[in-house]
Amino acid sequence: MSDKTDITLTVNGTERTISCVPRKTLADALREDCRLTGTHVGCEHGVCGACTVMVNGAPVRSCLMFAVQAEGAEVRTVEGLAPEGGLSELQQAFIDNHALQCGFCTPGFLMLITGALEKDPGMSDEDLTEVLSSNLCRCTGYRNIVRAALAAAPAIRARAREAAA
Amino acid sequence: MKPAPFTYYRPTSLGDAAQRLRDGADEGALVIAGGQSLVPMMALRVAYATELIDLNALDGLGTPRVEGDSFVIPTLTRHATFHDTEAAPAPLGALLHGVAEHIAHYPIRQRGTFGGSLSHADPSSEWCLVTATLDGTIHLLSADGPRTVEAADWSDGPMSTTREPDEILTEVHLPLLPGNTLWGFYEFNRRAGDFALGMALCVLEMDGDSVVAARIGLGGIEDHPRRIPEAEDALVGQPLDAASIGAAASAAMQAVDPMEDTTTSAGYRRDLTGTVITRALEAARNRAPAPAETA
Repeated sequence: MSDKTDITLTVNGTERTISCVPRKTLADALREDCRLTGTHVGCEHGVCGACTVMVNGAPVRSCLMFAVQAEGAEVRTVEGLAPEGGLSELQQAFIDNHALQCGFCTPGFLMLITGALEKDPGMSDEDLTEVLSSNLCRCTGYRNIVRAALAAAPAIRARAREAAA
Repeated sequence: MKPAPFTYYRPTSLGDAAQRLRDGADEGALVIAGGQSLVPMMALRVAYATELIDLNALDGLGTPRVEGDSFVIPTLTRHATFHDTEAAPAPLGALLHGVAEHIAHYPIRQRGTFGGSLSHADPSSEWCLVTATLDGTIHLLSADGPRTVEAADWSDGPMSTTREPDEILTEVHLPLLPGNTLWGFYEFNRRAGDFALGMALCVLEMDGDSVVAARIGLGGIEDHPRRIPEAEDALVGQPLDAASIGAAASAAMQAVDPMEDTTTSAGYRRDLTGTVITRALEAARNRAPAPAETA
């Protein structure tokens, strides 16, 4: 059926049941059905990375997944990044290193960097810099995003290793 | 930028998926694996599905294994599996790792699959190049039962394969490589993570300094990746040096029938053929163990 179906997924630790048609992307479902508009929708065909979220621990393009495919999945969005009342190391590093200007791409970069380092804590700084080519930023020229990522990387790696231990 | 409406089916087994595809393929039902090519094509409305049959609902299709002298890659094996150099036994594991790093970008590799890449059959598909170069075997399943296709018979023109619309790619089998293998890969594109304009993979069996068997695959140049026997013949029985590498590159440049598009001429791709083959062979040579010191 191309009618709406119920989908139950966990978003930032909270279980939610939403009702979507099959062609609705996970990005649109997060924004419209979960009312979490921190995930930005840019190109809608997998090129820009603004919609990057974590699904079952891996950073993925949420415009290249249908919401129905996230049945039972653990999804983490930019709204789930900061600890209560503060900012994550990476969010603080973005401020400290002036790693955003217009800010449209920022949620995608935050989830990309956090997701890659949590999944592969052994990733070298060089490989992390390469990972940043996954997403598009049209303001900063990337230098400051690289600085912010490298500044926050040790803390994210340490937390990921602790969680795995 | 939204796909046209479709229905969604979550199969309970591969057999169930094959039966559902048999029932719906004529109308336009499609199988979805990682979706990293299919979903953008649906968003751009260059691909349509009446129904998507989602293999992601099935367990056990994502972990490669060794079977005899074959390395078996189930269809849902994500590209990111090969971020681990030990996902396959050496030296194949290092080869698959070295190639996987060139597939799109990190988040795409988390979801994109080996089987999806083979089925989509882009001329610039790295996994199509690997499968063609190593003469892999492609395993298919339909409601009538299984069937296998050899890599050399897989392509049916650009982005088209000999898979029937009601068949599902279930596995790709690659040969394990002997310890005396040297391999090299080189890919050229204009932006990190973009589609290859040209790429070459060489897999050489060595006896000391001498090449005893050669596989040279070329992708992104013609409408599908394939082995270039003329270049292989230029290497067998030769030492892997500047002369034999140059001869292989020249032979390949004469042998290919390059694609042409609005930004890239056939002549440019012919030149690129020589460059990518040269650099892949140089990469292989650089992996050669240092010669033993003589007293």
